[in-house]
Amino acid sequence: MDIRTRIRKIREFIIERMIFLSAILSIIIVALIFAFLLKEGLSIFWRVPLSDFLFARNWYPISEPPQFGILPLILGSILVTAGAGIISIPIGIASALFIAEIAPRKTKEVMKAGIELLAAIPSVVIGFIGMITLGPLIKTIFNLPTGLTALSGSITLAFMAMPTIVSIAEDAITAVPRQYREAAIAMGATKWQTTWRIVAYAARPGMLAAVMLGIGRVIGETMAVMMVTGNAALIPHSFLQPVRTLTATVAAEMGETVQGGEHYAALFAIGIVLFIITFLINGAADIYLNKTKK
Amino acid sequence: MVETPTIKISIRNFSIHFGDTTALKGLNLDIHRNEIFTIIGPANSGKSSLLQSLNRLNDLNPVYKKTGTILIDNQDIDTIDVESLRTRVSIVFALPFPLPLSIFDNIAYGPRMHGIKNKSKLTEIVEKGLREAYLWDEVKDRLDSPAMNLSGGQQQRLCIARILAVEPEIIMFDEPTSGLDPISTARVEETLRILKERYTIILVTNNVAQAARVGDRTAFLLMGELIELNETKRLFTMAQDKRTDDYLTGKFG
Repeated sequence: MDIRTRIRKIREFIIERMIFLSAILSIIIVALIFAFLLKEGLSIFWRVPLSDFLFARNWYPISEPPQFGILPLILGSILVTAGAGIISIPIGIASALFIAEIAPRKTKEVMKAGIELLAAIPSVVIGFIGMITLGPLIKTIFNLPTGLTALSGSITLAFMAMPTIVSIAEDAITAVPRQYREAAIAMGATKWQTTWRIVAYAARPGMLAAVMLGIGRVIGETMAVMMVTGNAALIPHSFLQPVRTLTATVAAEMGETVQGGEHYAALFAIGIVLFIITFLINGAADIYLNKTKK
Repeated sequence: MVETPTIKISIRNFSIHFGDTTALKGLNLDIHRNEIFTIIGPANSGKSSLLQSLNRLNDLNPVYKKTGTILIDNQDIDTIDVESLRTRVSIVFALPFPLPLSIFDNIAYGPRMHGIKNKSKLTEIVEKGLREAYLWDEVKDRLDSPAMNLSGGQQQRLCIARILAVEPEIIMFDEPTSGLDPISTARVEETLRILKERYTIILVTNNVAQAARVGDRTAFLLMGELIELNETKRLFTMAQDKRTDDYLTGKFG
C-alpha cells in the first residue's frame, strides 16, 4: 500500500470516528443527566415510600415534619396540560390544514412566518403577557379572587404548543402524495372531502406526532406557567383555581434548599418524574413519526 | 350493417393555453358512445391536457385558459356541476396510486363519498367493480389487506375498479400501462375491450402498438393540432398525412 492510500485511509478513519463521537455525544449527555437525576433524587425514597411520594395529598416541604406528596403537583400539571391541549389541538390542526391545503401562496408564507415568530417569543415574555393581561381578564370575567388560575396557564401554554403542532402537522400534511388528492378529486370529491377524508387521513400519524410534541413542550414548560398559574400546591377542583405544576415547583424551590437535603432530593425526584413523562410522550411521538415515513 | 354511432362527446374549436404556451389549437372532434377512442402523439402534443380539460381537472391550474366548448350528451361541461362532471368523466392516471387503505376501502371510497353507507350495498359495489376490472379472482380472499401490497398491474386494475364504483359514463386512460410489464399490460388492455361495452373510453397512449391493438378510432395529435383522425385500422394502414406516417413508422417522436 503506498503512502497516499494510507494517509487517505487514516483520514477516513479519523473523520468517521469524529462523526460517530458527535452523534453519540447527545446520547451520552442524556444518559448522564438521567444518572445524575437518579443519584440526587433517589435518596428521597429511603424516607418517603414511592407510593406516598406519588399519591400523598400534601406538599409541605418546609414544615416540621415535612410532607412530600406530589399528587397536587401532578394534578396541577395534568390539568394545565389538558386545558392547553383542548385549546391548542383543534386550533393547531385546523390552521395546519388551512396553511397546507387552502391558503393561497402569499397568505401561506405570511402565516408560516407568523407561526415561526410565535415559537421564537421567549416563554418569559408570554408569561408576562399572560400575567398582566390574561390574569386580570379572567378575574373579571369569572369574578374570581385571583386571575392566576389553571385556565390562565392553559391558555398561555396553548400559545406555546401551537407553533410546534402547526409546523409539524403542516409538514405531515404537505408530505401527503399529490396523487392521493388527484385520485380523490378525479372521482368527484369536493375540496373538503379530499382534505378531510384523504389528506387528513393519510397525514394522521404525523398529526398525532405533532400533537404529542406540542404537549411534551407544554408539560416541560416552566417559566410562563410559574408566572400565570398562581402556584398554590393544592389539589385542584376546577380550571378556575390556582394550581402549581411539577416544573414550577422545582424552579421556585430549588434555590431555597440545602444541597443534599431531603427537600433537595425530593425536587430531583420530581425531575425524574418529569423526565419519564416527557420521555414517554416523545417516544410515542417518535413511533408515530416513523410510521408516517413508511 | 352499419349503425350510426351516437355522439357522446363533442369538442368544438377547443384551445388550451397555459400562461403563454398553447397546448391545444382549435380542436374539433367527436367521440362516440361505447368506442375506444385512442389519442396518440409525441410528448407535448396536448393529449393529456385535453383529458384534463374533459373533466375540468385543469381548472385547478391557475394559469389554465381555454376557448371553445366541450359538450357531453349535448350539454356544455361548464354548465355541469364540477363534482358530478368528474364522477361522470373519470380518469385513470399513468401510475397507479392506491389510497393508503385496504383493497375494499379503496373501492368503497367513492361510493361512500357520494353518500352510500349501507354495508351490503357497498360489498356489492366493490365486488362488481373488482369483477369488471378483472381483479376479483386475484383479491377476493384478501379484501382487507392494504392495497399497497398489490403488484403494479393489480394496482392499476384496482384504480380502474375504484373508478367503476362511482359509475362513470366516460373513462379516460392517461397512458395506463406506461409503468407496467407486458403481462399486466395485456390484462389492462383486455379489461379495456370489455369495458367499452358499457362505457365510452378514451385512451391516451405513447405506445403506438397499443393504439393499434385496442383502438376503434385513433387521433394523431402533434404540437397541439389534430393531424389526422380515422378508424384505427385505416390510420395505421393508409395514413393520409405524411407526418402521421412518419410518426407511426418511428421516424420521429
